[in-house]
Amino acid sequence: MSILVDDDTRVVVQGITGGEGNFHAEQMIEYGTNVVAGAVPGKGGQTAAGVPVYDTVQKAAIEEDADASVIFVPPAFAGDAIFEALDAPLDLAVAITEGVPTQDMAKVNKRLSEVDTRLIGPNCPGIITPGEAKLGILPGNIFSEGKVGLVSRSGTLTYQVVDSLTQRGIGQSTAIGIGGDPIIGTSFVDALAAFEDDPETEAVVMCGEIGGEDEEQAAAYIAEHMETPVAGFIAGRTAPPGKRMGHAGAIVSGSGTGTAESKIDALNDAGVPVGDTPRRSPTTSRASCNALAVVAVGGAAVDGGGRVLDGAGGRATPFADCRREHRRDASPESLRQRLFGDVEPVGQRLEVGLAGHFEVARLQRFL
Amino acid sequence: MKLHEYQAKEVFAEAGIPVPESRLASSVDEVVEAVGEIGYPAAIKAQVHVGGRGKAGGIEIVTSEDEAREAAESILGMDLKGYTVERVLVEAGVDFVDELYVGVTMDRAAGEPVAMVSTEGGVDIEEVAEETPEAIAREHVDPAFGMHPYESRKVVYEAGVEQQFAGEVASILRTLFQLYEDSDASEIEVNPVMITADDDVIAADAVMKIDEDALFRQPELAEMEEDSYEDDLERKAGEYGFDYVRLSGNVGIIGNGAGLVMTTLDLVDYYGGEPANFLDIGGGAKAERVANALDMVFSDENVDSVVFNIFGGITRGDEVAKGINEALAQFDEIPKPVTVRLAGTNAEEGWRS
Repeated sequence: MSILVDDDTRVVVQGITGGEGNFHAEQMIEYGTNVVAGAVPGKGGQTAAGVPVYDTVQKAAIEEDADASVIFVPPAFAGDAIFEALDAPLDLAVAITEGVPTQDMAKVNKRLSEVDTRLIGPNCPGIITPGEAKLGILPGNIFSEGKVGLVSRSGTLTYQVVDSLTQRGIGQSTAIGIGGDPIIGTSFVDALAAFEDDPETEAVVMCGEIGGEDEEQAAAYIAEHMETPVAGFIAGRTAPPGKRMGHAGAIVSGSGTGTAESKIDALNDAGVPVGDTPRRSPTTSRASCNALAVVAVGGAAVDGGGRVLDGAGGRATPFADCRREHRRDASPESLRQRLFGDVEPVGQRLEVGLAGHFEVARLQRFL
Repeated sequence: MKLHEYQAKEVFAEAGIPVPESRLASSVDEVVEAVGEIGYPAAIKAQVHVGGRGKAGGIEIVTSEDEAREAAESILGMDLKGYTVERVLVEAGVDFVDELYVGVTMDRAAGEPVAMVSTEGGVDIEEVAEETPEAIAREHVDPAFGMHPYESRKVVYEAGVEQQFAGEVASILRTLFQLYEDSDASEIEVNPVMITADDDVIAADAVMKIDEDALFRQPELAEMEEDSYEDDLERKAGEYGFDYVRLSGNVGIIGNGAGLVMTTLDLVDYYGGEPANFLDIGGGAKAERVANALDMVFSDENVDSVVFNIFGGITRGDEVAKGINEALAQFDEIPKPVTVRLAGTNAEEGWRS
């Protein structure tokens, strides 16, 4: 089972004749996604990535019975492209584009409240239901089929967490990157609600980051409405106030809202264990859980019954305590272990040396 | 992108919002000349991108030529929170009886713009928001329609602005909202709007921030962008097109994707290191970008070692490895130890190269 997309989803790629659009349309098809058409004004009648191209999204939707789109359109035209998807109308639009003007998104956001279409993004990696369909730019090879849902504001951080899950034999039901912009279509709450309604998603990992109040709202939603266990991670603990950390939305305001601390506290209060690192995990949790545990996120795990586990079993350790505990052992090998984990990602090869007060590894060949 | 006060006031004046008479000056003589034209009292205001200029000594009120000269000498060239003051705005002093706050910004949580009015102007509005939130009246505006006139009146009356001035203040608010939309602003704030002894309403300060993602369609405003980087490295990062934030530690961080880079900073901190920077090379980074990033971080005197954390999605591991090799090939001896972590797409190929 899954949410929002599966192998029945019929996908239009908006901007399929552009470099990115074309490349990723091919990648999506290769993954097995049912890409049925492209939509590019002025390119109707052509073929791209092996599928017919139409001048309008509506035409593509009618001719090819499409119900979803992925948008690879430059920022200046992305707002318009989203409106076109809403007007077609499609059930789902996934906007990958980064750098869409915020006021365009405010108008889109208003329209979203009046239609049934769901928007994911913009500035997001997309959505994938492993083994069935991928709408976006996520690297398909790191995902595996399973029962853990994943929702994240970040792209590469999602990949990191998924990689950890997959390497531990934990598959995913669906993974959604909701995007790092200030105004986005699908929020954490929307995604969590969809996972809650999916009988086959047995646990959820949510990866938030500094800025805004989405994570706090998610915490309130989890506390009130969710039975499915959730584990969390928040990026940006060390971000200084007033600085935009890459994502337009990732900024701690001068008045102190949007901090990692407030988000972690809110999630902890809602019973959501929040990890210290995106891959540290208890080794005992899998054996002790019948329904698969969420182990990717920090020193926290939850089993299928909603019980919170940690490395010692049974309890989530607050961030501050973990921090003290883990600083004790500062040997190069332990640092390497902690930074990069005991499961070696493909090709990872590190040699540990010592420089300044921080242990570093070097590329072997340059030593 | 933040406009300087003088730039924002030019934009305001063009839109028909009353602002005090002013001149821009960059030398002591120019200041004296400007004050001579404008008259006394006058305000000498540092034009730098920092908040709390007044408290930091960047604004002075002068009542004579001697005072003007003295103020100009002390403010021009002064260091305000890391920025050197190169220009001041010389502005006619306003004899005011009341100070209001008027602002328009994006309410992220609501996904809509919000107009704000308060009679507690002239002070730190964030403090007001925290201590007496009821002192700020708010009105969300439907972005599809823009601000209806009644909405501007409603929020002004709700804030408790005297009836005599309410019409004028509401009109200023409507103009500000129009500006907010027309200029793709992320925030416009006037603190204070002054009610003068002559019963005029005037915008005495002006804060205007433009959505950087919209600069492509705001060419006139984009031209106003000035070099506001705090140091050479941030400037260099801007030229290379990197998302870069300078931090206080000594471990240089390079990664791809904002979330992963932030997490890498957190991890380095967690294990006892102190990050020197945030540097996101972005998606699909080619070898040249990687080499530029490495070159940049190497050139940071505060950096003792470098951590690379790349998870390949669009960014291919072999491209990253090529970039690292290229950057390192420039040196006979690698100047600083580098840790590389490559995973994801083409990571294996990357390690082989």
